[in-house]
Amino acid sequence: MTLPELLDDLFPAGHAVRREGDVLAGTGRAARGEVAVVGTADGAEIGVEAALALAGEVLRVVREAPGRPVLALVDTAGQRMSRRDELLGLNGYLGHLAACVELARRAGHRVIALVTGQAVSAGALALGFVADEVHALEGARVAVMSLPAMARVTKIPLERLEALSRGSPVLAPGLESYVRLGAIASVWRAPLAAALEAALARPAGPDARAALGAERGGRTLAREVARRVGGGTDAG
Amino acid sequence: MSPPGPPVPRRSYREASARRRLLGVLDPGSFEERLGPAERATSPHLAALGQPVAFDDGVAVGAGALGGRRVLAASQEGAFLGGGVGEVHGAKLAGLLAAALRERPEAVLLLLDTGGVRLQEANAGLVAVSEVMRGVLAARAEGIPVVALVGGGWGCFGGMGIVARCCDAVAMSEEGRLGLSGPDVIEETKGVEELDASDRGLVWRTYGGKHRYLLGEADRLVDDDLDAFRAAAIALAGARRPVDLATLSREHHVLAARLAAHGAAADAAAIWTALGVADPDALALLDADEFLRDVAGTRREAR
Repeated sequence: MTLPELLDDLFPAGHAVRREGDVLAGTGRAARGEVAVVGTADGAEIGVEAALALAGEVLRVVREAPGRPVLALVDTAGQRMSRRDELLGLNGYLGHLAACVELARRAGHRVIALVTGQAVSAGALALGFVADEVHALEGARVAVMSLPAMARVTKIPLERLEALSRGSPVLAPGLESYVRLGAIASVWRAPLAAALEAALARPAGPDARAALGAERGGRTLAREVARRVGGGTDAG
Repeated sequence: MSPPGPPVPRRSYREASARRRLLGVLDPGSFEERLGPAERATSPHLAALGQPVAFDDGVAVGAGALGGRRVLAASQEGAFLGGGVGEVHGAKLAGLLAAALRERPEAVLLLLDTGGVRLQEANAGLVAVSEVMRGVLAARAEGIPVVALVGGGWGCFGGMGIVARCCDAVAMSEEGRLGLSGPDVIEETKGVEELDASDRGLVWRTYGGKHRYLLGEADRLVDDDLDAFRAAAIALAGARRPVDLATLSREHHVLAARLAAHGAAADAAAIWTALGVADPDALALLDADEFLRDVAGTRREAR
């Protein structure tokens, strides 16, 4: 699905989303009103410029459109890996982006993330996984890294990793794993506008992903361990 | 100035274990561990891979006192799988941050020593890091200061490098390194021309505490010493970095200005020179006090 097709499906009543480099920003018209759109396209590698631009868009929405829901469109191959990005403190720029999303949430903006293509590693973290709810399109690819790269780093033979990852949502890259872990709340199918409306209609709550991961059998320990450390009933 | 007399021998923070660091940073005898090794909360995923497990899954969490103030604290064990965050490890951190919202300690200390996500359980680790990130931001937004200490052998990388910069404040040593993609990862994926991970000088100039301090990415630079980290933790435990529009707008301008000023810099030395450091080559050899004296007039406003 191309970006214009995707936007038409999400916002049949109209949208105005511009693209500068890999960064998307604009608005779409949903049944309950305007929705702010921010995001990345074409599996962008997120470097300092993109991180800053995304944060700037989120801040602008908070400043200029109080309460307007935010849809984060996530398509990123991960952080840009370069000496320059590290020299300038890319982790700090991404931390700033995450803090801006937290600000939006606290200021009363619903924040929904939709993985449209790839969601890899730190790119997924700072834009997608900080949202109230994270959803994905069918065919989306979510991962930390590929199994061959993982085999190189962990020194575990690739064949063994492949065998072990079968049926293991903790290890196997891919959308289905992240659904079972509770990180992806649901997979959106056409009509996307209806899925978006339903997400916008739900109230924001505490981070429910550990509970969801336990229900779906993908993360059998996270909720219970957090509870035992926290002494409460949930990790929220 | 140091008082006269023989120098007090330093106790290395970097060489200490995760629990030893907690004992050295917190008030003596105050640490009460939660879900400690006796409870055997181990990783089933490592066991499935036939790999050794740790009874604490590589992180100690609990409550303690810091200068008489009640705090919650976590300390990652770099000696176990490079401090990598797996399902249980991450849930202990996330649970501690959730506890902070209920118990309202005067601060939360995160003694970070980690390469990031534990690849042996990568997906669960990535999700856990994002839960820790949200937990840190929630505590910070609720006015509970979260302070990161970075001085371990693995530094602080990957998603946890982002977590450190979501905190209210960061204290680090020159030896502790902070970033997102570590030198080995960059060399492996982009080639040795991009970053020679064996060039220790280059690695420290890029990720080390002095550069992070000058850049505004760390609030305190301390020597590799348990007492120095303790003093920094006490000083930063009252730090507030509100999650509000005014604060984040100001930080946004600072980050934009950094990019405009140094985006074309070839290396750290060029940035330091631009910041007004007279002799960048000399910085590497200075201890923390000498360094801070030397750059006192040059450091830009970080936040």
